[in-house]
Amino acid sequence: MKLTETLTDLANPTRFLALTARILPWLAAATAILLAIGLYQSAVAPDDYQQGATVKIMFVHVPNAWLSMFVWSVMSVAALGTLVWRHPLADVAAKAAAPIGAAFTFLALVTGSLWGRPMWGTYWEWDARLTSVLILFLMYLGLIALWRAVEDPSRAARAAAVLTLVGAINIPIIKFSVDWWNTLHQPASVLRMGGSTLDKAFLWPLLVMAIAFSLLFITLHLAAMRNEILRRRVRSLQMMQASRVSFTTEAGAGPREAGASKEIGAA
Amino acid sequence: MSLGPYASFIVTSYALVAAVVLLLIIWIVADYRRQQTRLKEIEASGVTRRSGRSAADIR
Repeated sequence: MKLTETLTDLANPTRFLALTARILPWLAAATAILLAIGLYQSAVAPDDYQQGATVKIMFVHVPNAWLSMFVWSVMSVAALGTLVWRHPLADVAAKAAAPIGAAFTFLALVTGSLWGRPMWGTYWEWDARLTSVLILFLMYLGLIALWRAVEDPSRAARAAAVLTLVGAINIPIIKFSVDWWNTLHQPASVLRMGGSTLDKAFLWPLLVMAIAFSLLFITLHLAAMRNEILRRRVRSLQMMQASRVSFTTEAGAGPREAGASKEIGAA
Repeated sequence: MSLGPYASFIVTSYALVAAVVLLLIIWIVADYRRQQTRLKEIEASGVTRRSGRSAADIR
């Protein structure tokens, strides 16, 4: 009951904006502190007996790789919110997350390449893990293009939600690609049955960086959601403005204004 | 702290991550300011929300 009330409260964009205005400074501060701790721990972490100092790339590569999949998972839940529950903020959440997810995926790909060149002797190999992450990156770009191509947010929302849920099939493929196929990419060494194979000297900095990047995502996502709500308010007010102009020239402009005011953030 | 023979790969990785994260932050802050400016312009032209509250007031 309590959870339902909280979700109902958050369904109101005005309440969401008020709540996030209060918590965003704290989130940003916590992100900065954890990032500073994580970067310090990464700097003082010992060299790996095989990889030498290049193991330090892991501390930025792995959090970005995890988040590339996590962000799509968040978007998939939001897509269900759009299609099943029609939550007013679901599409806002998905749309705001896409560019951030694309950035994390880009960073996972590039830092992986920069780690691969000295360790594998190549920047790129068309193996299952690398290729499936590249497909994820292209799907992010496709979704962003779809949202930009359709002017009406409610129309774009349903198409994007369906595409997001179809694309979610790629997430387990990425995760298990190193087990299902022979890949140049190493198998999972942290999130695996039987526990992590990483030494604690590497595991702790990695976990701190992972939490810091997750907080960074939450902070950026909430801020981007606020921007998206404001953008829809702008659109809604512009439609009301256009309706008023046409009302002065023709009598039947009333229903258009009513339609405009029903959009998210207009109330 | 010695980064060994592959220092350029390590430094490039960290620099790239810092640059992209910084760009994301700048983009989001700039977008917020742009939307606030547009809302204030529209409201200044006399169009207001049904609730009567300012659309730019988000506290």
